[in-house]
Amino acid sequence: MNDRIEKRIELKASVSRVWQALTDYREFGEWFRVKLDGPFVAGEVSRGQITYPEYEHLKWEAVVQKMEAERLFSFTWHPYAIDPKVDYSKEPQTLVEFKLEKTATGTLLLLSESGFDKIPAGRSLEAFRMNDGGWTQQMKNIEHHVTEKP
Amino acid sequence: MAAAARDRAAIFAALGDETRLLLIAKLCSGQPHSISELTVDSKLTRQAITKHLRVLQRAGIVHGVRAGREKRFEFDPEPMQEIKQYLDIVSEQWDQALARLKSFVED
Repeated sequence: MNDRIEKRIELKASVSRVWQALTDYREFGEWFRVKLDGPFVAGEVSRGQITYPEYEHLKWEAVVQKMEAERLFSFTWHPYAIDPKVDYSKEPQTLVEFKLEKTATGTLLLLSESGFDKIPAGRSLEAFRMNDGGWTQQMKNIEHHVTEKP
Repeated sequence: MAAAARDRAAIFAALGDETRLLLIAKLCSGQPHSISELTVDSKLTRQAITKHLRVLQRAGIVHGVRAGREKRFEFDPEPMQEIKQYLDIVSEQWDQALARLKSFVED
């Protein structure tokens, strides 16, 4: 089991185009499907309304962390908060990071979402690698148990 | 759904500690362990281990079983599976969002 989600995607568009799509609140809203109240500002809360079909009743709320032009955009939020009756404030907040890299054909976008287990990214895994037996093997054991009992 | 979210919070909280992860790692080898076995090669006291086991029990990750006079603890993979499914859903949602971003910037 991972304590983070990682994605990489090649985009045939310039870094500045991708940066704009990520950080202009209207453009972000277009593809993410959320109607945001106003621009993203580092250190400030971003609020809005989800526009994804069947989830329009949901509010969007995130805290913008970093906006390093054309390199890094990050925010913290409660992932997958789809039930309006649930108080997600008790759930762990995760950190979403978008990192941009220029490539020959456009832009490499690296997305990560971390902090699901409340341990700073990678620390838990490091701790286990230093132990006899190793975390990797233990995770395989867990995986085995999990698949054994569907 | 509300109950599931509460459980998930408890599971995440239970997993957010290195000692408890280490206990899970020991227990998920399949055999139920006694507190004495779990305390061996640990710097922690029996009381401290007991406290951590209680947190894991509340999250449903570990169950106590009686073996004669002794109490043993066994690993239950179900809550971890629930977390895994949850992460799969979040992951799937990002795949969809990034696919929309791709067509948005490439058009």
